[in-house]
Amino acid sequence: MTTPMIEARGVRKSFGNVEVLRGISMTVQHGEVACLIGPSGSGKSTFLRCINHLESHDAGELLVDGEFVGYRRKGNTLYELNERDVSRRRSEIGMVFQRFNLFAHLTALENVTLGPRYVHHLDDELAVDKARHLLRRVGLADKESAYPSQLSGGQQQRVAIARALAMEPKIMLFDEPTSALDPELVGEVLDVMKSLADEGMTMVVVTHEMGFAREVADTVYFLDEGNIAESGPPNELLGSPSTERLTQFLAKVL
Amino acid sequence: MKPSGDSSLVVVPVRYVGRYVAGGAAIIALAMIVHTLFSKIPTDTPQCHNAFDAAGHRHRECAWLVWRFSWDIVARYFTSSLILQGLAMTLLLTSLTMLVGVTIGVIVAVMRQSPSRVLSSSAWVYAWFFRGTPVYVQLLFWFNIAALYPAIHFGLPFGWRWFEVDTVALMTPFTAALVGLGLNEGAYMSEIVRGGILAVDEGQIEAASSLGLTRLQTLRLVTLPQAMRVIVPPTGNEVISMLKTSSLASALSVTELLRAAQNIYSSTYEVIPLLIVASLWYLIVTTVLSVGQYYLERHFSRGAQRHTPLTPWQRLHRDARGIAAKFPARRGRVAP
Repeated sequence: MTTPMIEARGVRKSFGNVEVLRGISMTVQHGEVACLIGPSGSGKSTFLRCINHLESHDAGELLVDGEFVGYRRKGNTLYELNERDVSRRRSEIGMVFQRFNLFAHLTALENVTLGPRYVHHLDDELAVDKARHLLRRVGLADKESAYPSQLSGGQQQRVAIARALAMEPKIMLFDEPTSALDPELVGEVLDVMKSLADEGMTMVVVTHEMGFAREVADTVYFLDEGNIAESGPPNELLGSPSTERLTQFLAKVL
Repeated sequence: MKPSGDSSLVVVPVRYVGRYVAGGAAIIALAMIVHTLFSKIPTDTPQCHNAFDAAGHRHRECAWLVWRFSWDIVARYFTSSLILQGLAMTLLLTSLTMLVGVTIGVIVAVMRQSPSRVLSSSAWVYAWFFRGTPVYVQLLFWFNIAALYPAIHFGLPFGWRWFEVDTVALMTPFTAALVGLGLNEGAYMSEIVRGGILAVDEGQIEAASSLGLTRLQTLRLVTLPQAMRVIVPPTGNEVISMLKTSSLASALSVTELLRAAQNIYSSTYEVIPLLIVASLWYLIVTTVLSVGQYYLERHFSRGAQRHTPLTPWQRLHRDARGIAAKFPARRGRVAP
């Protein structure tokens, strides 16, 4: 059996006195799409941010492709990795943010070339070729010299996806990628994500788009108060929820 | 009132009487200033020179009225070599000091953000000390540092000494001015840079680290370029302010612009005209710097605004075209 892409066992995390993750366990295999749903404050985004070590968790195990992201294991002890090693491992994990977070001082093309140039030390020409290819793929070939402020939300998010893909990540994390978008722009971003899933990209998606989850996800996880309250294939989970909490939640979002 | 249905109503803008009165007073004040600047007063020591009349006879011509502000003397010294050398020294001192100040400022600002408490508090103490004492006192202090340390040793802390330098030889008036002004400026610049770094959205840094950029790369490629938009305008002010603050170096007998003017008037007693010469040069350089600052700000506002603002030239061009469009050329008109 191959190593799962993500393996989480009993992941816990507190901010001060508030425990936001109370023992999350999940396994995501290569090429699988996992959707995390749940009410705000349930810990979905925090868990996502733990995966690429933007947040460090307090207890439990969290392995990406068989490796700890922020730590090195020796016997029964975890040693925190220095920044350079964390950065290297992070570069293998793509992340797309709710607020796009495109570099405001750089054009679309420069946003996409930054990572390959400075992390992979790719030649400028190769990086530009690659970026143009990716921008074409997300349907923005004609916007390469636009600054983020000149692009619509949906366009910005597609550039952000291209930027993450430029690092050739093993896995893509999406943190509510369509929540900050006007309703009519949601579709164009979801289409790009669907095509990624079709190509076999491993994806973890925090989302409120139940239609997307139903169509694309292999497994849907319902998080509630820092726990996975329910999980399963989308049709089962969304069609016939077995807990009261999920029934209530679905009644509100659908 | 019912609408009359008449579309030929004329709008009369409201008139503000107070505004006209104040404007009139300002014009009168301005006229008085210009008048006194270019007025002439009688003198006891007329300037005489030989002149020839129409018939070719030589006679003496004397001016019994002279410029109140001695513009002729101002003109005589304005481009004299001593003044120009002083100006060069002022420009050199200002640019070197700002270089030292900006470098220290960036380092101290980054130290302030450091997770290490030792580093962040040392940075705080630095800014506290150098902003808390007058720069003039600091200048005098560095100039007289030899009293505390007659020699400076290079080697290991508390131990082995490799070589030593005589402090008096090292601390020339120029070095003292550079060190004093630079360290002081560093404290102010650190606050400006820190404000700029804090103004950059946290999400930008998260995006950079999720790409795998290290902290230093993130600072260099993402944070500082965006912070520049906030840093540049106050830094421009600092340069302009430093241009004038550098005149304090005259107290350490660095022959910058003010000292050069002082050196001349201490022998000729033409105090006011030479102070005017120095002031005019300060004004000219400040003007040039302000224009440079405008273009620099424009450059760093890339991405922050949807459209880059027009330069004054472009604006002039646009206005000229607009006016030209209102008055179409007569030649092209077809006769009825």
